[in-house]
Amino acid sequence: MSAGTSKIDVTVTDIVPVNELVKRFHFRRTDGAILPTFSGGAHVVVEMRDDDRTRLNPYSLMSSPLDTTDYTISVRRDDVGRGGSLFMHNRVKPGQRMVISNPVNLFSLDLRARKHLMIAGGIGITPFMAQTSQLAGEGGNFELHYTCRSEALGTYADVLQARYGRRIHLYHDDRDEKLPLEKLLSSQPLGTHLYICGPAGMIDWVRRTASEAGWPSETVHYEHFAAPQPGKPFDVTLAVSGKQIRVGEQQSLLEAIEAAGVDPPYLCRGGVCGQCETNVVSYDGKFLHNDHWLSEEEHRSGCKIMPCVSRFEGKSLVLER
Amino acid sequence: MGINFRKETFRDDFTFRNSPEHIRRFPFPFHEDAYMYAVNIEPHVPGPKGSVLEHGIDVDEHYVSEMHDRALVLAEDPLRCQSLPHMTLAGWDLLELLMTSKAESYPEHFTLNRDGDKWHWINRPLGIDDRFTFGDVSTLPYGPMEYITRQSQGDFCILDQRDGNLWMDAGIVTTQADWSLDFDIGMNFFEWHAPVPLAHEKGIFTRALKFLTNIQQGAPARRLNWTMTINPRLDTSPENYHKWGTDRATVTPENVGQKVHLRVELQSFWRLPRSNALVFPIRCYLIKMDELVTSPKWARRFHRVLRDLPTELADYKGLSRYRPTVLEWLSQYDDGAATSPGFGPD
Amino acid sequence: MTAKTILSRPVYGTLSPQPGKHHLFIADAEGAAAILDMANSAPAGFFADAHIMFVPGATGTKYVEPLKKLQPAQFYEGPSIASALPRLRQTLATAHMGLRVYLSGTEGLIGQAMQAALEAGIDHTSIQTEQRGSLARRVQCVHCKGITENVTTQPATCSHCGLLLLVRDHYSRRIAAFQGVCINAEDPTENPPKEEIFR
Repeated sequence: MSAGTSKIDVTVTDIVPVNELVKRFHFRRTDGAILPTFSGGAHVVVEMRDDDRTRLNPYSLMSSPLDTTDYTISVRRDDVGRGGSLFMHNRVKPGQRMVISNPVNLFSLDLRARKHLMIAGGIGITPFMAQTSQLAGEGGNFELHYTCRSEALGTYADVLQARYGRRIHLYHDDRDEKLPLEKLLSSQPLGTHLYICGPAGMIDWVRRTASEAGWPSETVHYEHFAAPQPGKPFDVTLAVSGKQIRVGEQQSLLEAIEAAGVDPPYLCRGGVCGQCETNVVSYDGKFLHNDHWLSEEEHRSGCKIMPCVSRFEGKSLVLER
Repeated sequence: MGINFRKETFRDDFTFRNSPEHIRRFPFPFHEDAYMYAVNIEPHVPGPKGSVLEHGIDVDEHYVSEMHDRALVLAEDPLRCQSLPHMTLAGWDLLELLMTSKAESYPEHFTLNRDGDKWHWINRPLGIDDRFTFGDVSTLPYGPMEYITRQSQGDFCILDQRDGNLWMDAGIVTTQADWSLDFDIGMNFFEWHAPVPLAHEKGIFTRALKFLTNIQQGAPARRLNWTMTINPRLDTSPENYHKWGTDRATVTPENVGQKVHLRVELQSFWRLPRSNALVFPIRCYLIKMDELVTSPKWARRFHRVLRDLPTELADYKGLSRYRPTVLEWLSQYDDGAATSPGFGPD
Repeated sequence: MTAKTILSRPVYGTLSPQPGKHHLFIADAEGAAAILDMANSAPAGFFADAHIMFVPGATGTKYVEPLKKLQPAQFYEGPSIASALPRLRQTLATAHMGLRVYLSGTEGLIGQAMQAALEAGIDHTSIQTEQRGSLARRVQCVHCKGITENVTTQPATCSHCGLLLLVRDHYSRRIAAFQGVCINAEDPTENPPKEEIFR
């Protein structure tokens, strides 16, 4: 038996442009009932039916966990990605019916923390919208440091400052404002937990600095969904189902497997949850691993691949699917 | 038509028994004539009408008396119900799960009215009618976990999920098969299972943990576990072992049928939405040997399972002292005939 | 080294210098030798940010001067674990992230200091431990909840309620003790002899 989530039929009730790059989407259940309760940091997988292909992209829920009459997500437009965000921005209209997964939380708060220190970069702010709502409702102790390119692109910075005042700290790249990370990390009371969501470079920088400053790994939490990257098409043999498939330029390996009627389990579709881990039967070529699940040793071994985000270049690839 | 709640005891004069209809619905845990540990976890989907699996949370004829027994245990030993400070939110999650499930499955006995965070809960079998504010502990007589589990059969463990492990950080345990919540609270999945023999070597717990940490909201899972108990005693705690341990030496060929009980735990696993914790209700069902052998198939099969059980498991389950006597008694019901596959009584 | 028995039984390691801003050492008796051994591999100046709390016990003055020679920022010598705990709790209450904790010596010292660290919000997996010296156990009687210190025999008598206890390997970090369960509950006339096995 594999893990997985059941689906929810929803209707898009509102689409709000937040700034030049980000739009917010509101969903309600099509049957009028309230949506499932969730915890701050949870995401849903949104199904995008785009003519003959289906994309499944994860987005953090950013509405308050205390109110589940609707769910909201924010989508940043990526003009060079595989088209998921462009589909959301250009093709989804109010009143449209969509299918989303039940919420799954792979970035949950550690409620033992004496204090929650949050560091966000860019669109990485979204899970913190829900987490701060949850903590504020319980009187939790938190502080959020948010770096963004400019005031105009500081998505929800104004909302957060209005809600939480001094607990929100902003740093604008265009004003050359720098997050004083080392000082920040050395002045936190014992029992503080650190949460990071943002670009890969920022996550690596914060994790490395925290580790050097003596923060144990159990106190450092980060959310890093790798978006699947486009790449050269490649052919794959699925040994168990006896199928030959071709992975298109804009398609992920997981999507190509699903398009052939084989359904590996998944939760995140971003290389972190481990559900779709797939054994390699044989290969002649080079793996392009993009996940955060397999160890470096496993990457080198050529025995496993995470089809949600990783690709392949070479003569042949046979998978145990 | 509601449930006919029995008035009975699980201590002193031990008046507990199952009605004939309840014997038929007993969750007999052996699907074949042998038993060994396995990761026997399956989706907790509704089972046949009238079975213990008909509803996500089962309420049966022993409900009122079991809740009375729980109150007696907690009055004697408040350490049986504990919640580490970060688990209050999970307690509210559990309260919501149990109230909504009971009200939906047994509307003649339980009613829940929700108006935003203003909740009104009616529990007719226990004569409770309370209005409270969801999320505000000062509006309930106990913490949320204790309040609702004083009204719910079975033990409850709430497991916090962190760093790829599950941590036993809250629970109420008054009907346990010989483990101590007070001692085990705060332990991780491997630590609290540490005393279990054989299963670690088989990798059972590693696989089980991987499965459990991936349980998602709206998709609960379940498994059955079993042991045996002398007298229909719910509270077989290690705390009181020095008081009930002598029961094990009182089994004679004459009293096996009434004194010896098969004890089955229906364990289910549910993701809690606000806290992202996992709740693990452990529901205990007891059946006397006299009741069990009213099904010839169960009698034959249980004789074979008990006979072939590895010594380590018999020791761990505390059966060793009386196993020969019970086997001798059960053998009169085992003519060697084949048994049909599956759990049912035929 | 202690043999690994069951998974709840603590496994102790060897102290090693961790990245961090401050370093708090708590040791009793032979546990001092673990700190001195670690000092050989520590980077220069490591102890300038260190606080050593030491309970010499039967080792008397043997380790006091060698520890002071490490020139820790703070040094404390106390007559018993119990007397050191208030100071430890206060130190933890005012500490910041970046503090690393190192525990060495008897299981009783490691267990009780870890208990204080857990209560201060430190995750147990980030704490360095090294067992040295006596293997005498702290045992909690599961029946009366009383803790008996320095248990060396199997079975052992509960110093609170007097029941004869089987000392299990099952260990609780939160209580900082092994579990003791009545050994003759099923037949109180049984009286197994005591053997000295935890030394």
